[in-house]
Amino acid sequence: MSALTLLDVDNLCVTLPTASGPLSAVRGVSLSLRRGETLGIVGESGCGKSMTALSLLNLLPSGAKATMSRYAFDGETVTGRGKRGIRNLRGNRIGMIFQEPMTALNPVFPIGSQLTAVYRRHKGGSEAAARERAVMLLERVGISNAAARLAQFPHQLSGGLRQRVMIAMALMCEPSLIIADEPTTALDVTIQMQILKLLADIKTAFGTGLILITHDLGVVSHVADKIAVMYAGEVVETGRTAEILAAPRHPYTVGLLGSLPDPSRTAPGAPLATIPGTVPSLIDPPDACAFADRCARVLPRCTAAAPALRQDGPGRSIRCVNPEPAAWVA
Amino acid sequence: MSVPAAQVRRPARWRAALTHKSLVIGGGVVLLIAIAAILAPVLTPFDPAQPDIANRLKSPFWMADTVPGHYLGTDQLGRDYLTRLLYGARISLVIGLVAVAISATIGITLGLVAGYFGGKVDAVIGFVITTRLSMPLVLIALAVVAIAGGSLTTVTLVIGLLIWDQFAVVTRTATQQARSADYVRAAEAMGCSLPHILAREILPNIMPAVIVVATVELANAILLEAALSFLGLGVQAPLPSWGLMLSEGKNFMFFDPWLITLPGLCLVTLTMAINLMGDGLRDALRSGRR
Amino acid sequence: MLRFLLQRLIVAAAVALTVSVITFVLSHVAIDPAVAVAPDSATDADIAAIRAQYGFDRPLPVQYLGYLGDIVTLDLGTSYLTGEPVAGMIAERVPTTALLAVFSILFALALAIPLGVLAASFPNTMIDRLCLLLAVAGQAIPNFWAGLILILIFGVNLQWLPISGSSSLAHFVLPTIALGTFAMPALMRLTRAGMLDVLASDFVRTHRAMGLAPAAILFRWGLSNALLPVISLTAVQFGFMLGGSIIIESVFAIHGVGYLAWQSFSRADMPVIQAIVLLVSLAYIVLTLAADLINAWMDPRIRSAA
Repeated sequence: MSALTLLDVDNLCVTLPTASGPLSAVRGVSLSLRRGETLGIVGESGCGKSMTALSLLNLLPSGAKATMSRYAFDGETVTGRGKRGIRNLRGNRIGMIFQEPMTALNPVFPIGSQLTAVYRRHKGGSEAAARERAVMLLERVGISNAAARLAQFPHQLSGGLRQRVMIAMALMCEPSLIIADEPTTALDVTIQMQILKLLADIKTAFGTGLILITHDLGVVSHVADKIAVMYAGEVVETGRTAEILAAPRHPYTVGLLGSLPDPSRTAPGAPLATIPGTVPSLIDPPDACAFADRCARVLPRCTAAAPALRQDGPGRSIRCVNPEPAAWVA
Repeated sequence: MSVPAAQVRRPARWRAALTHKSLVIGGGVVLLIAIAAILAPVLTPFDPAQPDIANRLKSPFWMADTVPGHYLGTDQLGRDYLTRLLYGARISLVIGLVAVAISATIGITLGLVAGYFGGKVDAVIGFVITTRLSMPLVLIALAVVAIAGGSLTTVTLVIGLLIWDQFAVVTRTATQQARSADYVRAAEAMGCSLPHILAREILPNIMPAVIVVATVELANAILLEAALSFLGLGVQAPLPSWGLMLSEGKNFMFFDPWLITLPGLCLVTLTMAINLMGDGLRDALRSGRR
Repeated sequence: MLRFLLQRLIVAAAVALTVSVITFVLSHVAIDPAVAVAPDSATDADIAAIRAQYGFDRPLPVQYLGYLGDIVTLDLGTSYLTGEPVAGMIAERVPTTALLAVFSILFALALAIPLGVLAASFPNTMIDRLCLLLAVAGQAIPNFWAGLILILIFGVNLQWLPISGSSSLAHFVLPTIALGTFAMPALMRLTRAGMLDVLASDFVRTHRAMGLAPAAILFRWGLSNALLPVISLTAVQFGFMLGGSIIIESVFAIHGVGYLAWQSFSRADMPVIQAIVLLVSLAYIVLTLAADLINAWMDPRIRSAA
């Protein structure tokens, strides 16, 4: 682990209790992130990407259990009796942004007190100092008339503004990492781009690491340095963003890219490509490739044993025994 | 309280209900008390109203100064306390059940009419409900009893005429939801008459909610009767109402505390069992819907 | 907001008028007031004279308007038994009853809110079930019996507290417990239900993600949301306390409005009865109205919709 490594998570597993038994939502995910780097975690809903993010801050829904063989943040181990450690990370060294700006803010408190509470909890100091920082950050995230906004309640703000407030809140304590869980999904398309640009701008300006969780490859392609594609609770492909977009190797990644509306590839009016089939049940998952049922390149050994994640060039891994040829170009 | 629009009648739901612990315990205790009340003349040789001055204020079996045969002692007039407690259960249950039957009839009718017709009818009935809710239950009951004179019939009627509000509220909400359901629309389209639709289609489907309210109100009615009788304005002596026994016993409670602990415990056990049964029913009916 | 306020006011006024009709019927139609006023020895001629003198021979609508006018001018009639003006009799007893009701509701809240939060924090555990059992028990125990048992334990056996009268604050301890226990279960259940919703909400997850102290999330950020409905129920329960005070005051011989009501009921002193029923009903109506307004004012979402 180099001194530049900010986050290092190894073999993260999350199980959720369900009526028909424990569901393995995340199955052995490993992540690493350098300072100032942006990782995009991509996958369809239910693939375990949000559970991965939530388990980093121990925010899983009650009943869910997370285990990992290593969890190091900024060179310090957070595993073991890590609960206290994680609490100290929350809001202080890791900021989090959620999907639903409409419900993620407390409806009965003005946004000002919600912002200053975070700062004073971790950094102490006077309310006046915290307010000053809140005003500065609100302006920084593009909210005009920030000092007056502090007294406003969430319902008085639009969805886009609320998401900006969330970003400001995540930034209150100058965290070295921001986790954004589908930060633009609930917003209008025009606002989505603004928020994404803001996030990209913020992480450059503050030198903050960013984990961007989304179902939309288009979103990460603009912002992320590297991508981890998740399917059925596992990382199936990971590597530099440009490389993966140019030459996806895992058939699922290929499918995801194929379903992306891209004017240069698709004729106007042509239907978008979709991946046929459904995700296997993660209650008692089979010892086989989870994508085998939907895969066009499936081989007999794909269903014989679950493939391991293997190195595929520098900084690149895939979980596939019969990947697309390396020179695949549309 | 929300009730889904379409509920099918499923006997399996009632079987599933038996797996709910509080329902089984509560229901079991209520059943036990009911059986004891019905069998009172068989269970005890004494007359609940027959004084026996020679044997007054004798203690229950676990204390000194007892008389054989009087297991729970005797009251200030020498009447067997166990007998009076058993007959008291009759009074509580009869007043409770009759009062709930009256209030359920009033409340369900008002709720059905308000929920089905909506508009002005609903507004008027809503106003009646609001008015009823803004009148203090105990005070109104006492005022009416003070005018009409306390008796078993008056008390039952007064309670029954007062506690219909929750029935009306729940039925109204449930009917409003049921009205828009497909099966009611279908019945209307087939030209079924209004009373037929109300009675045959809507009523069975709001029954679960109504049953839960009925248990709550049953406990309420029993407590209200006890309170009225305790204040001397309910069931009159020599009838053995638990509330009246508490009122009579309180003059002797410093020396013979069991005179008030026993009827109180009976009252608490019965109402608690009914409430438990209601909580269990609520859970059972809710999970039965899923 | 103004529209909402106006609507509530009109309904409240209409309900109050309806209640006054009912109390009028109780005191003027259900019984013959002339007979009630007349001494036992009165002849038919005496009663007819009283009827004319008090105006009981006028048409009922006219009598009702007169009755309404009396109420507005705070003339609530005179007691059949003592001959005192009813308004004065009630007024001098209101502070005692108000004090008891305030103590009781505070006691109920002091129990209900922490227990509700506790139960919601550990849903479906032993703690939760224990709180639920407490609520079921609280609902099932009639408050007059609770009063008697408290007298037996703390007044007679332990001799810690006085058991009758209202001359010192110590006299209020046992009645407060007996009356407060009665209001506690509903408040606790509502707090629990509200907190369960709040704790599962996105914004509590945000607070946790921002690392706020667990206790602060529970009691400051969370409870503020869950308490909105509890506040309006508190106002309603406060009204119930006024009604429930009749039983508790008679058990503990506290000479408040409830005790006066009990005495009047036992002796069919109709002017006092109808006045108390009317006033307590009006208090209910005002409290319910206040609950709605407080709720609207407390909830920034409704407040700013003005």
